[in-house]
Amino acid sequence: MSSYVPSTEEQRLEMLKAVGVSSFEDLYADVPEGMRLKEGDLKLPDGMSEMEMLAKMKELAAENKIFSSIFRGAGAYNHYIPSVVKRVTAKEEFVTAYTPYQAEISQGVLQSIFEYQTMICELTGMEASNASVYDGASAAAEAVAMCRDRRRNKVLISGASNPEVIKVVKTYCFGSGVECVIIPAKEGKTDIAALKDALDETVAGVYVHQPSFYGVLEDCSAIADVTHEAGALFIMGINPIVASVVKSPAECGADIAVGEGQPLGMPMAFGGPYLGFMACREKLQRKLPGRIVGQTTDDAGRRCFVLTLQAREQHIRREKASSNICSNEALCALTAAVYMGTMGPNGLREVANQCYAKAHYLATQITEIPGFSLVYPGSFFNEFVTTCPGCTDELLSALEEKDILGGLPVEEGILWCATELNSKEQIDGLVSAIKEVFGK
Amino acid sequence: MKLIFERSVPGRRCYILPKCDVPFEDIPDDMKRQKALRLPELSEVDISRHYTTLNKQVFGVNCGFYPLGSCTMKYNPAVHEEIVGFPGFQAIHPLQPDHTVQGCLKAIELLKVRLCELLGMDSMTFQPAAGAHGEFTGILLIKAYLRDHGGEARDKIIVPDSAHGTNPATANMCGYKVVNIPSAPDGSVDLDALRAAVGPDTAGLMLTNPNTLGMFDKNILEITNIVHEAGGLCYYDGANMNAIMGTVRPGDMGFDVIHLNLHKTFSTPHGGGGPGSGAVGVKEILVDYLPGKDTVKENGEFVLKEPPKSIGSVRSFNGNFLVYLRALAYVLSLGGKGLHEASQNAVLNANYLRVLLKPHCRTSNEGICMHEFVLTIEDLHKKYGVSASDIAKGMLDCGVHPPTMYFPLIVDEALMFEPTETETKEVLDESAEAIIGLLKQAATDPEALHKAPVTTPVGRPDEVTAARSPIIRYMDFDA
Repeated sequence: MSSYVPSTEEQRLEMLKAVGVSSFEDLYADVPEGMRLKEGDLKLPDGMSEMEMLAKMKELAAENKIFSSIFRGAGAYNHYIPSVVKRVTAKEEFVTAYTPYQAEISQGVLQSIFEYQTMICELTGMEASNASVYDGASAAAEAVAMCRDRRRNKVLISGASNPEVIKVVKTYCFGSGVECVIIPAKEGKTDIAALKDALDETVAGVYVHQPSFYGVLEDCSAIADVTHEAGALFIMGINPIVASVVKSPAECGADIAVGEGQPLGMPMAFGGPYLGFMACREKLQRKLPGRIVGQTTDDAGRRCFVLTLQAREQHIRREKASSNICSNEALCALTAAVYMGTMGPNGLREVANQCYAKAHYLATQITEIPGFSLVYPGSFFNEFVTTCPGCTDELLSALEEKDILGGLPVEEGILWCATELNSKEQIDGLVSAIKEVFGK
Repeated sequence: MKLIFERSVPGRRCYILPKCDVPFEDIPDDMKRQKALRLPELSEVDISRHYTTLNKQVFGVNCGFYPLGSCTMKYNPAVHEEIVGFPGFQAIHPLQPDHTVQGCLKAIELLKVRLCELLGMDSMTFQPAAGAHGEFTGILLIKAYLRDHGGEARDKIIVPDSAHGTNPATANMCGYKVVNIPSAPDGSVDLDALRAAVGPDTAGLMLTNPNTLGMFDKNILEITNIVHEAGGLCYYDGANMNAIMGTVRPGDMGFDVIHLNLHKTFSTPHGGGGPGSGAVGVKEILVDYLPGKDTVKENGEFVLKEPPKSIGSVRSFNGNFLVYLRALAYVLSLGGKGLHEASQNAVLNANYLRVLLKPHCRTSNEGICMHEFVLTIEDLHKKYGVSASDIAKGMLDCGVHPPTMYFPLIVDEALMFEPTETETKEVLDESAEAIIGLLKQAATDPEALHKAPVTTPVGRPDEVTAARSPIIRYMDFDA
């Protein structure tokens, strides 16, 4: 019904005439007759007015269940998004601009990315950050590509990593031919002894996420040490909220830091758009994939910002480029920067501390119910696995009826998650709902 | 403009979180972060003003004409932004049980069915997050298929020299050797060069049609035949899909796999560099290899299922959902006729702008173009020393976003214009007049063009110093 084409019938005729043709068909003379679609060939319905389309989309949205309390994480987290973050990132220019190729009219985007890069460096302790990649999983896969060299073509991935990340890294390795070895997890975290055994002079990099998929805090300093002893690089994945209070990747000795930026102000949104952040030591910065913004001066000596170190990128290196990325997640990077600016250092730490406190309160309450106990002994952050004394599906369905999204069923039991959005009342409500299902 | 860190005042804050209502728990000492976290300390009004200041120095599609070639900067409908804000889409966890996300799954299914019809493909994945990511996915699909069909030794991907840089980079990421073939003078595939390049080592061909010179390759069926007969598969780079919707389908041209840039052809906003969505469509032979999970109907309900021979995942979960949801809104609004009309008018606008500029500057090709065309400033460069970049910078002073510069690589001093269908005749007339003014100025006052732009907030940046001594983060925290 609408194609957002502004020219009138009269103007179209005038323009066709100026071009020297008499119809739209004439414009497609190069398309061989045999493959050209004829009226009615395409089985697509007619368009809709804005009102009709909006109603249709509302109908679809209404067929999704919005849970009033959410105790599920596993790679996507339900955090509070301050209003100012939503307002700022909805500004039409930020939303509709292309990649800032023309620096003179794109200083706003360029500066916002420079500020984002700085914040990611602060959070991870690293010296260089790129302007973002697609998500945390593809960031891990891109980091693996950074580690590879002529003699080292193997990567070790901790089996305690998020299964989504493992799957993506494996898929990228199928492409590149890098050998990908999974080190089985032990007690919900990386098996450092097994890792040490697997390390040799063919290993390019080791990937471990803090905390583990099961919520357990890893000893990343020890992992960095064994990795470096074998001459490999340590890629440390980290939850950005966690990074504000636990040892940063730099403090642990990591060479590359990556992670899923979704907790920094992005809605869960059925999986995206999210944000892959990537930072590294200065010595590796020319191996970073994707856009990087740098500070410089203009012809009048004024400070300004520009896309830089482009000799790394696909449009220059073509088949010699190790990554093909061009579009990234710029608006999500902006969102993360506005979120971090809004929360500030104390606010971000407070989010982390509340997540930690609520998860520990939740764990204490759940494990008081007979049959529920912590599966792993280590310290955890805001996720943890418990046993479940009965049918997991039955429990989760009962919770669903009370508008609660329970933890994620995993092989060992249930992976629970709490954030600052889970009030004490919600947690107590969850616990009594569980008790209703599995006796008192 | 002040940096956000330069606005920071110790002790300033926003008031967001309530007091914690459960007992405080201390993180183990040996796990604690030691280094101070130097994020800015700001009030909400500081945040609001800082980003309003930045936003004033951003050129969006809403600001003016944006004929950036190959990027399809069409208008982004306002209603799409309202839709992606619905709580029924925003507050949905990606790992919710299938029966609680029927709306999301129906949306995916609906978009898949509509786009497959438009493309002549059999199925589709929305997991790739951008065009280059879609290319990567597509070539991995070819690799997996060949592995299972005795083609493991096939290690070469053929790419014409007019291709986007992402094509050869993608082939390299997938472990393939790249065979660059020269284009014919009109930018089309040189059939003899292609015949000479294919063989038992050919895994596939990556091609965009219309090509990067904006020309539809008439020999397309012969091209895909040559590759198929050699045992390879054909990959369609959908960056230029905005030219042909409703007129011809990549599936009917003989392509086996295609990516779409939903942030181009299907009008999802580009966000200053992303997020995009690089949906990948495939023919029947590749359906079982698709990454991620596919929507399947079982007992009257949609469920997510991993295809039997899936290559794995290229991204977590289901891709950039809110991005391709906007594409669905667009497809629903336009319908089959509207999509056709959009492409027709994109081609008309490109040709109209081309004929306005043609008397003043050489184009790479004679005759009718598709949705974009390439000017070459080579003559002005030789005569007056004015480069494509000088003309582009001059356009900044005219309030027009410059076209893509120095691409494709086979044209010297190239300026690639793609006006899109959402521009009016008035805008095209006014912009053409401004550009013609600049082309004339190249002869009369080249010096002024070397100095352009002069009306923008900053002048030309020193890119050499930026790359030689990179400053890529703020470091004067203690200043």
